[in-house]
Amino acid sequence: MAHFTKATSVKDWLNQRLAVDKVEKVMASEYWIPKNINFLWAMGMVLLITFSLLLCSGIFLLMYYVPTVEGAFYSVNYTIMREVGFGWLWRHIHGVAASVVFLIMYIHMFTGIYYGSYKKGREMIWLSGMLLFIAFSTEAFSGYMLPWGQMSYWAGMVITNLFAGGSLHADGLVEWIRGDYVPAQAFLGRFFMLHVVLVPVAILGLIGLHFAALRIPHVNNQDGEEIDFEAESKKYLAGDKAGSKVMRFANDFLSKDMMVVGIYLLFFFYLVFYNYGFAMDPVNFDPADGLKTPAHIYPEWYFLWSYEILRPFPIDTGLVLFGLAQGIFVALPFLDRSPNAVPASRRGLFKIWFWAMLCNMILLTSMGKLPPEGIFSQIGLVSAILFVVLWVLLPIITTFEKKL
Amino acid sequence: MQDSSRRGFMGKAFGAVAAVGALGSLVAMKSSWDPLPSVKEAGFTTLDMSIYEEGVMVTEKWRGKPIFVLKKSASTMEKEKGNAAAEARNIKVGDSNFMVAIGLCTHLGCIPAFRADSNDFKCACHGGEFTASGLVQKVPPPRGFDIPPFKIEGNKLVLGEVGPEFKKMKDTGITL
Ligand code: HEM
Ligand code: FES
Repeated sequence: MAHFTKATSVKDWLNQRLAVDKVEKVMASEYWIPKNINFLWAMGMVLLITFSLLLCSGIFLLMYYVPTVEGAFYSVNYTIMREVGFGWLWRHIHGVAASVVFLIMYIHMFTGIYYGSYKKGREMIWLSGMLLFIAFSTEAFSGYMLPWGQMSYWAGMVITNLFAGGSLHADGLVEWIRGDYVPAQAFLGRFFMLHVVLVPVAILGLIGLHFAALRIPHVNNQDGEEIDFEAESKKYLAGDKAGSKVMRFANDFLSKDMMVVGIYLLFFFYLVFYNYGFAMDPVNFDPADGLKTPAHIYPEWYFLWSYEILRPFPIDTGLVLFGLAQGIFVALPFLDRSPNAVPASRRGLFKIWFWAMLCNMILLTSMGKLPPEGIFSQIGLVSAILFVVLWVLLPIITTFEKKL
Repeated sequence: MQDSSRRGFMGKAFGAVAAVGALGSLVAMKSSWDPLPSVKEAGFTTLDMSIYEEGVMVTEKWRGKPIFVLKKSASTMEKEKGNAAAEARNIKVGDSNFMVAIGLCTHLGCIPAFRADSNDFKCACHGGEFTASGLVQKVPPPRGFDIPPFKIEGNKLVLGEVGPEFKKMKDTGITL
């Protein structure tokens, strides 16, 4: 049996039982971060903070929300918004955070793409990150069902219909997912469960995996330099802090991180108090009505780009391309055939590919919001085709990329 | 050796028990998401077809879905003449001709709006269009409106029951 001695302090008592000192070293003070990074590396922490905001505000919403088709709309728009003290605050925080979290996720993803942080041992970071993206998408969609307004109902109808697989006519599958012929009580109940239990639990697990995946390769840096963390950390611990290429996660890097988080939170709460409208679709302030479609059904802004890839094509082609768009980013580490893990600016054609992809996704996003008419359909179509072409080109241009 | 083979056996035995359990729980979980019997039983609606006016589109409700009922005017019938696809979808109750269909776009399920002046339907979601007979006029919808199972009983139409006229439509692939 392990040998315990009389504790000399509370810390010693804990140390003997939980090895808190060692844990602190492993997790924080001797977890090494390269010095050569910029504010874009703080996005992970910003995401973590935003997720905590979602969790806390969600818990308060949950105390008054009623998951029934008769009660849901009223419980959100009357009880929470008007009766519960500061209920509106939780709702605005929740809505704004659900929207902003996607903005930060996209920045986080494109940072990774720009600096090539998905290869040379960092594949698992990328894959776990994409799983998080999928989990957050599911979380956002299921949450959007809960107020049971017109957009909840019709987005639920349209998205569950995707599972019929176009000409496959898997209507049985769609009815199984809904538990009814149309979205109704069974549907609301199961999406409520997904939103407040299953998906958040999965997200927590995935965050753990994401962090574990960072452990061995460490984070990348602005020059894509391969750092010998063993040697550099020895240098640091030996007192040569200035000469070492690395710093402690806590409190060195954390203080930079929290600086960015602080600025972010000012922006975030500005939105919550003065500019929350963008996160609350006016159409969703009409209660769900299965006999009336809103004039335009569009998803929240963060799904628009993939929605725009679905829209211009006949159903089967549209579905295939939509499925491709949803899944293709997962395959990035394997489609990029070049071993260079350096910033895109030094990677020749890949630099063009990166900016073309980013601009095209912004274009797809803006077209997705506009009604599918005239010139907008044309631009949307070209843009959707360009998206596919870019992915086909990626393995080709990276195969021929000069090795640095 | 004997020890390890005994462990091997225990491992396999546990695996077998666990597999049966896992399979069983999958069946249970799948069934828990099936539509409830009460949902399935509430699936019939009877329409009195003598009350509709020509050229006026009325939306009824069946299984939570909108049902379009359009009594066709003589001019619409004239236009349909010779168009086999349109004629095959026509539903005749007594002397009147009807378009009866599930009012959900066959693309992704929005409710197209009836445009009285052009006598057709337009779906706002992705721009699909349907004629007054229920056929596709503009993609992305892959096919005309689906027709709900129906049975003609005198002046009445029972939705949810399969009558000979519906069976024929289904067998010939006019509707799903
Ligand atoms: C993980 C990230 C999460 C995302 C992206 C997210 C997203 C959303 C969205 C988009 C809505 C609809 C917003 C609205 O119309 O007000 C919503 C509502 C809701 N969420 Fe979340 N949510 C998350 C986490 C959570 C958690 C952890 C809980 C609680 C355990 C929760 C509980 C609720 C409740 C009860 C509602 C309905 C009230 C309302 O609509 O304002 N959410 N969520
Ligand atoms: S749902 Fe009608 S055109 Fe897409």
